[in-house]
Amino acid sequence: MNQLKKILGIVWMLLGPIAIYYLVKTAASEISKKPVIDTKVQWAVFIVIFIPIAIGMVIFGWYALKGEYNSLPQKSDDLK
Amino acid sequence: MSSTKSIWKVIGASSVGTLIEWYDFYIFGSLATVIANQFFPKSNPTAALLSTLATFAAGFIVRPFGALVFGRLGDLIGRKYTFLLTLIIMGTSTFAIGLVPGYEKIGFFAPIIVLLLRLLQGLALGGEYGGAATYVAEHSPSNKRGYYTSWIQTTATLGLFLSLGVILITRHGLDDNLQKSIVKFNDWGWRIPFLVSIVLVIVSVYIRLKMQESPLFAKIKLEGKISVNPLKESFGHKANLKMVLLALFGATMGQGVVWYTGQFYAQSFIETVCKIDFEQSRTILIWAIIFATPFFVVFGGWSDKIGRKWIMLAGMLLAIFSYRSIYQRFLDISSPTEFQKSSLVSTGEPSIKKEKVKEDSVITTSLLKTFENGASYKESHSDTLFANASKQASHSPTMYLEKKLAKPAYWMFVLLVFVQIIFVTMVYGPIAAFLVELFPTKIRYTSMSLPYHIGNGVFGGLTPFIALLLTTIYTGNKLVGLTYPIIIAGICFVIGLLYVSNKIDTDVSD
Repeated sequence: MNQLKKILGIVWMLLGPIAIYYLVKTAASEISKKPVIDTKVQWAVFIVIFIPIAIGMVIFGWYALKGEYNSLPQKSDDLK
Repeated sequence: MSSTKSIWKVIGASSVGTLIEWYDFYIFGSLATVIANQFFPKSNPTAALLSTLATFAAGFIVRPFGALVFGRLGDLIGRKYTFLLTLIIMGTSTFAIGLVPGYEKIGFFAPIIVLLLRLLQGLALGGEYGGAATYVAEHSPSNKRGYYTSWIQTTATLGLFLSLGVILITRHGLDDNLQKSIVKFNDWGWRIPFLVSIVLVIVSVYIRLKMQESPLFAKIKLEGKISVNPLKESFGHKANLKMVLLALFGATMGQGVVWYTGQFYAQSFIETVCKIDFEQSRTILIWAIIFATPFFVVFGGWSDKIGRKWIMLAGMLLAIFSYRSIYQRFLDISSPTEFQKSSLVSTGEPSIKKEKVKEDSVITTSLLKTFENGASYKESHSDTLFANASKQASHSPTMYLEKKLAKPAYWMFVLLVFVQIIFVTMVYGPIAAFLVELFPTKIRYTSMSLPYHIGNGVFGGLTPFIALLLTTIYTGNKLVGLTYPIIIAGICFVIGLLYVSNKIDTDVSD
């Protein structure tokens, strides 16, 4: 199970940049289809808000790859 | 831990406040069209831009930001005063929206003031939930934490119920003649649900003022163990950050999309895709909420016995596999052919509307058709007569609008929404206890608020927009909007299954 968790870490790491690539590509296509301020603001908000989340997904994948989730903390002292 | 009598006081004080905050937040969304006409005229591009910002910024950017601001405050000065503050900010902003003069009276000040007040609403909501959930959990015995915190979980759905109820009652109650009442509501009556909020908030603030600080927070404060920098400890230390990320990607992300699909996308789909009329599309949701809400407590309580993880994951899995068939059933039941299975009993007088579009004339003809089983719809089609006489007139396909379902179909719709809200109760009922148990007391408010509001505000809140967007890109498939919640819930399910533990943390005092 721990091996699977680690291997899937690579998938989670890739998921972040793939999601952002797809989002930016769709944003560019939608803005070019309808270049009004509403569309631009809407897509700008989507991109701005999803970039940090995608970075979070990469970090999550990295931790998974490094085996950080092989055993979870049992008490608060383990979080220090 | 508190005695049984005092824990119910704690739950009552926390839940009423949180319920009011959700009510305040939802009435703006439910009255978006009316508000847009009053403050954000489409004819003015800047006002329209402010409208978009009010919709997107409050829900998606400000809520997580509120989680950080008030989460930090809650870990520094205490839970009680922080969630008292969020309630006051939310209540006064909502009341103030009800007082702002329209665009016609004060021009640009109107949309700017409303935008600022809406941002304050989002900020306050971002800080409220973490405080209420933490406060109740820190008063609860370990064997009933899921059960007691699930009462807080009912408030989001009940807030929606209350907002829909107040809006419908106000919309109907301003005149004996329904049409006149609706006109009055759109003119000034929409302010009433906003103004009513202040009474609810005053009562709730009074109740919360009488409450004591959380015993666990009071203890660490007395021992001098309060965090000096909750933000740094929550997100700057790897050991805690990895749990924040796990909470987001393994639980709240999937929970958020299941919640928003079951309650908000369902309503929007029923109204805009199935074309069910305004009243029925809302009462369907109201009935489903009434029947399903007790299940938040059922699943919260059950999670104390079998753990939080499997109930939440089962809710996600059921949602993933049943969404397409549920929404296909919506389409089947509301199709014109289904209506036409009953005999036609009356056809109303045709209503003809002529409009000039540039040089051309558009003639729209509508007919109200009523069937033997009580169902009805408005059949409408448009003919365009071009100014250029060499061009042939064009005919639009027949549209079926303002459908009123017959009783059996209506209750089938209620059942289908009810099933979706049951999924919501499975993923949402145990999540407060789950989040509370992941983090230590000194940074609990901060650490749990952020993944909750990203999961719900961003992933969940975006569900109706992304689903609608997908239907405009892939126009041939009416169910394509479900792809977003299914993929997000699917990823979350896999992460939750592999990485999240089902262990109940019996001691959250550390």
